[in-house]
Amino acid sequence: MRIELVKRPQQSALFAAISPFIAFAITLVAGAILFSLLGKAPLNGLYAYFVEPLTEVWSLHELAIKAAPLIMIGVGLSICFMSNNWNIGAEGQFVVGAIAGSILPVVFPDFQSPLVLPLMLLMGIAGGAAYAAIPALLKVRFNTNEILSSLMLVYVAQLFLDWLVRGPWRNPEGYNFPETRNFHASAVLPEVLPMSGRAHWGFVFAILAALILWFLVSRTLKGFEIRLLGQSPRAGRFAGFSSARMVFFAFLVAGGLAGLAGICEVSGAIGQLRPTISPGYGFAAIIVAFLGRLNPLGIIAAGLVLALSYLGGEAAQISIGVSDKTVRVFQGLLLFFVLACDTLIHYRVQIGKAPAVQPKAQSHEQPEAAHGHG
Amino acid sequence: MGMVEAILLTIATAATPLLLAAIGELVSERSGVLNLGVEGMMVMGAVTGFAVAYTTGSPWLGAVAAIVVGALFSLLFGFLTLTLVTNQVATGLALTLLGLGLSGMIGERFIGLPGVKMETISIPFLSDLPLVGRLVFGQDPIFYISIALTAAVTWFLFRSRAGLTMRAVGDSHDSAHALGIKVIAIRYLAVMFGGACAGLAGAYLSLVYTPQWVENMTAGRGWIALALVVFASWRPWRVLAGAYLFGAVSIGQLHAQALGIGIPSQFLSALPYLATIVVLVLISRNRRLTMMNTPASLGRPFVPDR
Repeated sequence: MRIELVKRPQQSALFAAISPFIAFAITLVAGAILFSLLGKAPLNGLYAYFVEPLTEVWSLHELAIKAAPLIMIGVGLSICFMSNNWNIGAEGQFVVGAIAGSILPVVFPDFQSPLVLPLMLLMGIAGGAAYAAIPALLKVRFNTNEILSSLMLVYVAQLFLDWLVRGPWRNPEGYNFPETRNFHASAVLPEVLPMSGRAHWGFVFAILAALILWFLVSRTLKGFEIRLLGQSPRAGRFAGFSSARMVFFAFLVAGGLAGLAGICEVSGAIGQLRPTISPGYGFAAIIVAFLGRLNPLGIIAAGLVLALSYLGGEAAQISIGVSDKTVRVFQGLLLFFVLACDTLIHYRVQIGKAPAVQPKAQSHEQPEAAHGHG
Repeated sequence: MGMVEAILLTIATAATPLLLAAIGELVSERSGVLNLGVEGMMVMGAVTGFAVAYTTGSPWLGAVAAIVVGALFSLLFGFLTLTLVTNQVATGLALTLLGLGLSGMIGERFIGLPGVKMETISIPFLSDLPLVGRLVFGQDPIFYISIALTAAVTWFLFRSRAGLTMRAVGDSHDSAHALGIKVIAIRYLAVMFGGACAGLAGAYLSLVYTPQWVENMTAGRGWIALALVVFASWRPWRVLAGAYLFGAVSIGQLHAQALGIGIPSQFLSALPYLATIVVLVLISRNRRLTMMNTPASLGRPFVPDR
């Protein structure tokens, strides 16, 4: 048996719309297989993972809390990936944003005023953006591969945070635990609906960020520039767009949003800095961006799906006793299936021996996927 | 055994996994495939190596199983990027994320268990030589494999017809295809070789370097291996030099931590990652030179026309 790809004359609108759903469905099937391998009833497993968390109000709040950073980072990354900038260091930008945003409540705990919170958010954005500017600068100035530099900076940021919370920023009244002092009341991001649960304003910011970037990408010239430079840098240059400026634009937007996500998580959900403040949101957001097909509105939905997988992992560990390590397996599988299903948008897949004859001119073109290539 | 000798010995153990993973990736990239999943394949090798060695008591079986699992795991990547022509960067990331997740799940029950260490080989008399004795003649078997592999890959790439064909595929898949070369089949083999090497590199970590299983124990070494390939401008012996340089940096920082020289340990731990960035900047600064060395079809999708 051989598998042949035949390039479609144009993208399939149908598969562009449904490929994420197919991918999710296949992931569920793979999940069912995984559960039976682990000796659990597959349907019970899937129910505990993907349905149970949606049945209670408090867990919907938890869903919003987990979706907020995923959506914020995911929409930022979509700008990067669309413009062919491979920022995979969002986890580090998240951490640095959280650190920069925490300077006021941790170092100047006596400064308490309504100004503190907006300043913290701005400093978080600035911190994340500044950290993302490093790989951007290295890429533009020294031609350095941004994949590797941005990823390396993740480890550096995590180690720096570790040093801060065990060293200079450790809570003086904290019995030597590696954590900072608790944020005072005016440094805590308030809840949206305090009557019903603890979801904080981060989720609202995430939705706003997605809407703004959706408008930017689909309704403005900047959006055209982003996509053009991503798909064909040469054509972009002829149109008078600057690749170098786009590198900075994409990295600063993504870094700023990751930084905002970081400070929102720390100020809204955790309330202090700890050695680990993220269960891998920066990496899961890469999956979110692709599952949302790099469309900011799709990313809102994708962020909720990935948030559900985190919640489901916790729930399933308690209710049916599967390890929460399965979460990352699910997430990895999901990205695999998303990428595989995206093939259907550009190609028809023929399985069998006798391939259809295809006019040469068509299949000669280099397929350039919407998200370009390294 | 003197202090210097001890340090040199540990440098070799720190360098060997980097060398193995980077040599594998070099072959894959020479065929035109950029596999960013090295970290994932490596961590799968680490957990497989540990699990099989622990269950059977034989580190050799562990290493072999790790090689097989690494190759099979890379096949997933191959199927997506080569048959379904998905984006190589994104698919490599997916492989890494999946590998980290799967290994965490598989390895959960092995956390904290005592590992099985692969014994070193001592060649009689020669290993008793002063200074170089242990260093050259008293290492673990995988160390020798890594050196032999470097030599073999050099020979294969630059002295054999098959290697020439593979480089042609990596430099221009369209021309190679026009000449009747089976581009996709060759790339599959190259990707699987990369996976096998990464698997062995991972097993080295869990069987020799620190014989135990710790989640995410590769700690970015797969990514450093990727950087090494760029650093080495796709040449095997330069990969070896780079791996030992990085081995020296990571061992140097460990010794500095042990000596307690007033610098916070986290800053020292960050050194290998920062060094990677610095080295990448230095090496890629010259745009023209980088272009000349990079396999011209690297990362580009290939759909055969017929």
